[in-house]
Amino acid sequence: MVKRIVVGARYGLKEWLIQRVTALVMAVYTLLFAGMLVLCTPTGFESWRALFEPQWMRLATLVFLLSLFWHAWIGMRDILMDYVKPTLLRLALQVVTVLLLVAYAGWAIQILWSF
Amino acid sequence: METTNNMLASQRPKYLNLFRIRQPVPAVVSILHRISGAALFIFAWALLWLLQLTLESADGYAQAAAVAGHWLVKLFLIGMLWAFLHHFFAGLRFLLLDVHIGIDLPAARKTSWAVLALSLGLTLVLGVWLW
Repeated sequence: MVKRIVVGARYGLKEWLIQRVTALVMAVYTLLFAGMLVLCTPTGFESWRALFEPQWMRLATLVFLLSLFWHAWIGMRDILMDYVKPTLLRLALQVVTVLLLVAYAGWAIQILWSF
Repeated sequence: METTNNMLASQRPKYLNLFRIRQPVPAVVSILHRISGAALFIFAWALLWLLQLTLESADGYAQAAAVAGHWLVKLFLIGMLWAFLHHFFAGLRFLLLDVHIGIDLPAARKTSWAVLALSLGLTLVLGVWLW
């Protein structure tokens, strides 16, 4: 019989899966964006902004950035769990990470829809 | 026999000092994946700030171009480019490992070298082109 310490029902399986799914989303966007840069290489402000002008591109970029922030949360959570042993310090750093990433998400929306 | 065992036992490391162990290539790729991910997280604010500047106005774009023109910032951005590329290729490799592609040792070593070569090579090419 295995003695388990009760820490939650899924033992991180959900996070593991989300990390992979968000990684795939980001990989697809990266290839799309790299393709756009190759096909119509921006030469200055106008052509650079034109890349992000269509509504679908703003939405795709938002989905990419939100995936990135969610992915970053899981990665940072793993790093903090591995290296920061004092519980209170780890909790504090994890809270700071989450708050920062939520703020970034708001900032990303502002960046993408303020022009 | 007893003395040999004791001698062997006493020469074993008491703890694992990571800097005294020669790491196999997959381990190097793995720890660089973690380091590059952490670096991207830590400097995400700078990249978001540059994205905002370049998109909001022609003045902002010029300002961002001026900032990025400094050799130190350029070096930093090329470092970020490497971090992204390494994280990208190593991440794809991990996804393939997840579906049991390339898990035997020779293949795992080969794909590890490929990740290092691709990310460093692309960083070099793009870095020279962007400088």
